[in-house]
Amino acid sequence: MSLLEIDHLSCGYGHFQALFDIDLRVEQGETHAVIGANGAGKSTLLRTICGLIRTDPDRVRFEGQPIGQVPAHKRVGLGISYVPEGRWVFPSLTVHENLLVGGHTRRKGIWTIDKVYELFPLLARLRNRQALGLSGGEQQALAIGRGLMANPRLLLLDEVSLGLAPVVVEKIYEAMPAIIEAGTTVLLVEQDVGQALKIADRVSCLLEGRLVLEGRPSEISQEQIVAAYFGV
Amino acid sequence: MLGQGQTQTVKVERYTRASRVALPVAAVIIIAAATIPAWGSSAVMKQSVTFLTLLALAQMWNLLAGYAGLVSVGQQAYVGIGAYTLWVFAEKVGINPFVCVIIAGVVAAAFAVPTAGLAFRLRGGYFAVGTWVIAEVYRLLVTKISWLGGGSGVSFNSVARIDRGTREAVIFWLALGVAVGSVVLVYFLLRSRRGLALTAIRDDETGARGLGVNVFRSKLWVYIIAAFGTGVTGAVIYLNLLRAQPEAAFSLNWSALMIFAVVIGGLGTIEGPIIGAIIFFALQQFLADYGTWYLVLLGAIAAGVVVFAQRGLWGTLVRRRAVDLFPVRRRLCLETVCFVEESPRQSGEELGKLTEGGFGSPPEPGSS
Amino acid sequence: MVWVNDIIQGVLLGGLYALFAAGLALVFGVMRLVNLAHGDFSVMAAYLALVIVGSLNVNPLYSLVFAMIVMGIFGYAIQRGLFNFAMDAGPMQAILATFGVAIIVQNLLLEGFTANSKGLDAGRIENAFIRISNQVVIGWFPLITLLVAVAVLLGLQIFLSRTRLGRAFRATADNQRAAQLMGIDNRHLYGMAMALALAMVAIGGVFIGIRTTFSPSAGPLRLIFAYEAVIIGGLGSLWGTLVGGIVLGVAQVLGDHIQQGWGILVGHLVFLAILAFRPQGLFARQAQ
Repeated sequence: MSLLEIDHLSCGYGHFQALFDIDLRVEQGETHAVIGANGAGKSTLLRTICGLIRTDPDRVRFEGQPIGQVPAHKRVGLGISYVPEGRWVFPSLTVHENLLVGGHTRRKGIWTIDKVYELFPLLARLRNRQALGLSGGEQQALAIGRGLMANPRLLLLDEVSLGLAPVVVEKIYEAMPAIIEAGTTVLLVEQDVGQALKIADRVSCLLEGRLVLEGRPSEISQEQIVAAYFGV
Repeated sequence: MLGQGQTQTVKVERYTRASRVALPVAAVIIIAAATIPAWGSSAVMKQSVTFLTLLALAQMWNLLAGYAGLVSVGQQAYVGIGAYTLWVFAEKVGINPFVCVIIAGVVAAAFAVPTAGLAFRLRGGYFAVGTWVIAEVYRLLVTKISWLGGGSGVSFNSVARIDRGTREAVIFWLALGVAVGSVVLVYFLLRSRRGLALTAIRDDETGARGLGVNVFRSKLWVYIIAAFGTGVTGAVIYLNLLRAQPEAAFSLNWSALMIFAVVIGGLGTIEGPIIGAIIFFALQQFLADYGTWYLVLLGAIAAGVVVFAQRGLWGTLVRRRAVDLFPVRRRLCLETVCFVEESPRQSGEELGKLTEGGFGSPPEPGSS
Repeated sequence: MVWVNDIIQGVLLGGLYALFAAGLALVFGVMRLVNLAHGDFSVMAAYLALVIVGSLNVNPLYSLVFAMIVMGIFGYAIQRGLFNFAMDAGPMQAILATFGVAIIVQNLLLEGFTANSKGLDAGRIENAFIRISNQVVIGWFPLITLLVAVAVLLGLQIFLSRTRLGRAFRATADNQRAAQLMGIDNRHLYGMAMALALAMVAIGGVFIGIRTTFSPSAGPLRLIFAYEAVIIGGLGSLWGTLVGGIVLGVAQVLGDHIQQGWGILVGHLVFLAILAFRPQGLFARQAQ
């Protein structure tokens, strides 16, 4: 049994269909990257997993349980944590308070506020600052730290690199090995294919709502990825 | 024919089949109603005036809330201003009271400008309470000004002096006039360019602003027009009542009346307030003996409808049958399919149909 | 010295308004809902206290605890049973639903208790006072009211900044969807916010019931005072509501002093002046 199983998932907004018949398996402990161009349906996919979009119950299963109709806030308690595109930090709360809210469910696990500060030392320095004034990179670190505070079994990362300078992206990704080593399963969505391939065990490529390529980074050629990404 | 050689013809349809039937039916009803003074008793006419003015008030409130998104609970300000303007011009200045009705509207509209200047600084629920506070200010000012009769109120002696038959008939016709006038006003306002802007604002304010709609000015216009209509109606109501007290003329109950009628009938349609006014009026007649329980029931119905049948009774009906008696929308007719501009969610759906209709082919899965 | 006394009385009155305003501001802050039944709920709390005082024959100050609990439970129930659904339907629907509830509460109270004014008798404390000079006299009860208001606001501030639930309130106020992603059940949270707001409003309702008389139709004016205090103080500012309440209280007392019966009108005019010249309020929250 895989940690996360998605079967024949189709969904969209109104009459706009974003995903077509997606099948996806994410195994316990692996790091799975979903790549694809803008509008390929990557974020929609993550939103069906974290519960911001509900589906038929059986389309999404977590640890074998159908969760398609479980509301987002309950999925956090099950161990699914979503770090949204655009970060969505709580602007009027301090960094420290943001992290505390991240641990709202009081799920037990290895991540504590001190561990998160250890992972992102810059957050420790900013702990009493309002999140409103943070830079994009700082906000992203905070959003990831906040997601970890829920001690997820599955961490969903949505476009971590979006809108950040390459140097900053590099720094954020430096934290990834520690997260993965802690045993957290990671499903990340990226436009930055290079970053994604560097850390992923498996990679899937979405093209216009369809899964067109899946495999281990070592087994896939550059040409295959380019073809899948652009649909040529 | 323009599109003879082509496979698709496009035209903009602004009437519906139902509306073509509705117009003559409405005309017959109005003409029939206009004869009531010839045969109706005094009580029938008084009741009719109550109903017709309620309809007009509801129509004006619907224009505000349903189309401009301005939830005001302070429209009693303009009922009161209408009543007191009538009194000032009929009693103090000596103008024919029936003519004063129009002046009442103009004065109400004039008061609406500074009121909007303040209230428009607030949004949503805070706007609602803000308009209410301003209405309270007007009420308190009237109570404090002894020239306006103070707290004990005023009598419309010049109206009372008019021969009773004439008086009742003219008041009835005025009430019929404001009721019909309010519907016609809203209808043509919504069919105008400004109406299109309003519908856009109702559906998506940010989007409308992005398309170059001057949201503030559109809302201001609606607010002033609604104040005018409410002021005129207030004057007609008080012609009928012959006495006005600030406590009653500026009472929150006027807003409650409008809100309940609109909400029950359906917000954001012209038919809604008409249906709502009829139901509200019927409830009033049947339940009048139950005193406060009647208001409890009305409150419960309104809260229930607002939550569980958001579109009101008319809206729910239209949804099922697609009847449109007062078509204010432009319908784009493409071959046999009709697209109706509607709320963003629905236009999304229509867009989907449009794509399937042949403008674009469904995206091909990339295969390589 | 007469002026000094007036200002002191106004400040004390402001404490009462702050009690109403804090609940209104809390509900708006957390869920962007302006509860038009807010004032009527406070009247409801006063009648609740009246019933308890009547049946158990206790001092109304003891009945306060009971009124707070009942109003809290009621607040949670009405939020989850009605207002949450209304908010799903849309912001306008939410306002209108609270308006419907306001009318229902007013008329049910009218049915149950008639239109006659009632009062809560708290005994000697009501008339006890401190005489500072011949013209400056501070009533013990108004002073207690102000101190309670300050204590309630302080408690609220500690709750919001130090507790798990309080932080969840603030997180939801900032970004409701992000809060959901932290495992916060917003429907439950809204229920808790309404419960807390109505518990606070119960304090205000009972205190005003002891101070003066009340009738089923008193609600709307209390909503207006609470609202004016919130706007004068500045949206989203907790201590602003206290200042707003005090400004309003002082304006009303001074207005009444200048011309008997003009107090409320002067209060409204001060509110309108703030709206005209400083629409963000005296203490608007910086961050937004």
